[in-house]
Amino acid sequence: MTATKLSKAATHDHASRIFDLDVSSLRELNQALHNLTPGSNETAWEVLHPKGSHSVAVGVDQPVTIDVRGSVGYYCGGMNSGSTITVHGSAGPGVGENMMSGSIIVKGDASQYAGATGKGGLLVIEGNASSRCGISMKGIDIVVHGNIGHMSAFMAQSGNLVVLGDAGDALGDSIYEARLFVRGKVDSLGADCIAKEMRPEHLELLQGLLDRAGVTGVKPSEFKRYGSARTLYNFNIDNADAY
Amino acid sequence: MCGIVGLFLKDKSLEPKLGAMLSEMLVSLSDRGPDSAGIAIYGAPSRNEAKITIQSAKPARDFRDLDTELAKAIGAPVSIAVKSTHAVVRTTPAKIDEARETIQALRPDIRIMGAGDVVEIYKEVGLPEAVVDRFDVRKMAGTHGIGHTRMATESAVTTMGAHPFSTGADQCLVHNGSLSNHNNVRRELIREGMKFETENDTEVAAAYLSSQMAHGKNLGEALEGTLSDLDGFFTFVVGTKNGFGVVRDPIACKPAVMAETDQYVAFGSEYRALTKLPGIDNARVWEPEPATVYFWEH
Repeated sequence: MTATKLSKAATHDHASRIFDLDVSSLRELNQALHNLTPGSNETAWEVLHPKGSHSVAVGVDQPVTIDVRGSVGYYCGGMNSGSTITVHGSAGPGVGENMMSGSIIVKGDASQYAGATGKGGLLVIEGNASSRCGISMKGIDIVVHGNIGHMSAFMAQSGNLVVLGDAGDALGDSIYEARLFVRGKVDSLGADCIAKEMRPEHLELLQGLLDRAGVTGVKPSEFKRYGSARTLYNFNIDNADAY
Repeated sequence: MCGIVGLFLKDKSLEPKLGAMLSEMLVSLSDRGPDSAGIAIYGAPSRNEAKITIQSAKPARDFRDLDTELAKAIGAPVSIAVKSTHAVVRTTPAKIDEARETIQALRPDIRIMGAGDVVEIYKEVGLPEAVVDRFDVRKMAGTHGIGHTRMATESAVTTMGAHPFSTGADQCLVHNGSLSNHNNVRRELIREGMKFETENDTEVAAAYLSSQMAHGKNLGEALEGTLSDLDGFFTFVVGTKNGFGVVRDPIACKPAVMAETDQYVAFGSEYRALTKLPGIDNARVWEPEPATVYFWEH
């Protein structure tokens, strides 16, 4: 740990602890975040010059805010538990992978498998997300302002995926119980994923998600809902030849 | 894994810095592949010279007096510029094929890295930093170039297994991924008359493109063909004498990011590779779409 380097940076702003990744190592940043204990006064963090670094702010488990000034590489905010991370740039593959709670906001675009296997919390992509967005999601809420790529929500188990733009091929292939809301066109639906009726409780749920994601000027009624036809849940003897 | 980069300059004032920029991009991806690294630089064309990049494990023995012996054998002026294990042989364009055959007859242990009017190809086992230092790549000028750092999967870690692969004049290719039908495609291409130096899957992709272009297709059409004729995982970055192309397979699990400004088009396996390019903060940065061909020509 280079405590002197850090405390010098922190004196610039009493409220916010600044980590410049041109000066400090990624490991120092993540170790400092992991050292946080409940009730810590260091609730605001700022990361400068991430320059596509991998694993920025992975595994944070305290309710702090982290502003990352620039674009990040793989797995930013992975396993996040309770923190609020804002990426003021774009994110590489696996942003918010296996997030437990808290929120991650990406101001730019996100690469492949954003929010993969996420169990909770909110992931907002203000640009576009790439392929496999929300793959195997397990309770996370994902709101994408732009479009999502192919094979998104593959084997999604629970949670909500909201897309203000379009979805690529094979949306929701082999989906279990997640809810998918798409405002634009869907190139194609994957196996066992079907369009479903938008009932009042879904409109209410979607309004809540849009509010939490800071989306304005868009009505829940503009979206279509997709989900599981539930025909792949159990082994069907008629399909034995297919295995 | 593997890391690949490409840089196609639009602004002539950057040409003296091409080698330095491309080296920086490749070195930043070193942890994507520690086995070997290579770079192809497209330099300024010369009306009365073509080039062959050659390699030898015993350069002191193989390169000594090669210029005089080769000049005598082909009856044309020959110059040779040695850089470590590689050397660039220059002669008149009309004699380039004869020179290539004669080099292999005179020095059977020499390997041909590539040939053409403008391309030079340097590749060796080792980390990108060591490879670009060994060949002084940072000082090279050029119009465009591609590079690769390798984590081997489909064939041995050797100089010849390193990328870029060149299978046609001024053509070369780098690849992140692995092909599953390369043995079949190689057999078909051998039947057509293509020659192969290795068992490597990427060499097959390079030869496939060379064959398509030899049949009259342009770079974009040839790249389009990979989507139906090659099976497996791939992100390809390809250089030709005046062009630069990118294509990803339809699944597109191998990472790719591109940036374009008025000065250049750049490709990297990751955004990290692009962060030191001039004006990157205001560049258009995007992830190339699956099964979509991108290409630029001067």
